[in-house]
Amino acid sequence: MANALRDVAIVGVAESDLGRVPDKSKFQLSAEASRLALDDAGLSVKDVDGLFTTIITEGGQFSSMMMAEYMGITPRFTDSTSIGGSSFVVYVEHAAMAIAAGLCDVALICHGSTNISDRGGKGGPVSQSTEVFGPTQFEEPYGVSTVGSYALAAQRHMHEYGTTSEQLAEIAVATRKWASLNPKARMRDPITIDDVMNSRVIASPLHLLDCCLVTDAGGAVVLTSLERARDLKKAPVRVLGAGEAHTHRMISQMPDLTQTAAAISGKLAFERSGLTHADIDVAEIYDSFTITVLLTLESLGFCAKGEGGAFVANQRTAPGGDFPMNTQGGALSYTHPGMFGIFTIIEAVRQVRGECDNRQVPGARIALCNGTGGTLSSTGTIILGRD
Amino acid sequence: MALPPLPRPYQDTAAYWQAAREHRFIIQKCSDCGEYQFYPRGVCSHCLSSALDWQEASGKGEVYSFSINYRAPHPGFAEQTPFVLALVTLAEGPRMMTNIVDCDPEAVKIGMAVTVTFDDVTEEVTLPKFRPA
Ligand SMILES: [Zn+2]
Ligand SMILES: [Zn+2]
Repeated sequence: MANALRDVAIVGVAESDLGRVPDKSKFQLSAEASRLALDDAGLSVKDVDGLFTTIITEGGQFSSMMMAEYMGITPRFTDSTSIGGSSFVVYVEHAAMAIAAGLCDVALICHGSTNISDRGGKGGPVSQSTEVFGPTQFEEPYGVSTVGSYALAAQRHMHEYGTTSEQLAEIAVATRKWASLNPKARMRDPITIDDVMNSRVIASPLHLLDCCLVTDAGGAVVLTSLERARDLKKAPVRVLGAGEAHTHRMISQMPDLTQTAAAISGKLAFERSGLTHADIDVAEIYDSFTITVLLTLESLGFCAKGEGGAFVANQRTAPGGDFPMNTQGGALSYTHPGMFGIFTIIEAVRQVRGECDNRQVPGARIALCNGTGGTLSSTGTIILGRD
Repeated sequence: MALPPLPRPYQDTAAYWQAAREHRFIIQKCSDCGEYQFYPRGVCSHCLSSALDWQEASGKGEVYSFSINYRAPHPGFAEQTPFVLALVTLAEGPRMMTNIVDCDPEAVKIGMAVTVTFDDVTEEVTLPKFRPA
């Protein structure tokens, strides 16, 4: 499988309008990002014969059929795997597999969401449901939320390993520094550890600035065979390795609150790529919350379990640090439309192509992306490299 | 006053919610492999057997993790916010989500011994919650 994946490349990436886009639907954002990603590749919508998408909010049923119809695509390979924000990273593995097997030639992964406009321009809760059917009836009546779930993991990690809020804040501060270098990032003003510590507690021990943004956004990624890729507009970015896994749906069922499925998907991605941690020049790690990053770095094996706090200390992941991470400003400071996975891929591709202007990691050839979905439930890990 | 989202009992869970109404806390034990499980299912999540027995649980456990929530995730929680969202490891082994009640939220600690208590939210629905033992 490793060899087959290597014969596939990402050839186009793009974002739609980002931030607050009240005059465009999530479908339009997804489709416009798709058009721009196809332009980036030098391909047209007529070339697309594989479609990978999911919408988890209102109007998203039968997502891949709906988006194919919306854009006038008749795919012969279709995938609406819906495992949260990691879905789009996992689609890279699925698309590479389909292309390598000859099941489709040009795969389009797309995503659009009007997460902030849907809430009338405000963050915070949207749930108004009164009756819960299915297993989530063992969580929702107790006031579970996304931030509450991640807070449970943070609290447990602090208890087991002595991790501190200051260490989590290091991640938010470093990520903001990257955002300040990205004109497309929503939050660009520098922040300090104290700013994070003094922001209000949403769900202890997580503060407001430990949490991702809520925005509207669309993104798209186009893949094809390496052979075809070499004739296209941009330098191909090869899929060197990939892995996926999920360990639970509900946080109450998570086997170990301090380890994510990245321990499985990351191991697979490294094994299949034949690469080691030292080969990674830049990492794009899904940062729904600061704790998500810390758990993921440990689970991927960049440091030992429990050592994530020390690993990110002293602004190691910031511009100029020796572990460049979340270089577009992440979900914490750049954009986060409810599911962030596709944006980790877009940035990784741009870094490996050398397109990132003043936030470019010098000489970056190999990038790792890790998406996390649900409540620390699912992960997809991919390793991408310059051809 | 808005209510929190409440469970609609179904095939797997009706017995559990009925027992809760009667202020009894029951969990499932597999007759084939002997494992307990939570939440209730139609099969054993350890061996896929359908031979499950309901057992009266001890109602004892300890806090595995918790978070004091300062933002209501739903209008039905406005009046009880801040509240303590918690995972409790039951004496029988399985873990469940709950709230820690009848104590100062700041006093909740991981490892704290807790015992079940019943919150009659409506005439139809009672939620098992936990308080310091
Ligand atoms: Zn036209
Ligand atoms: Zn069993």
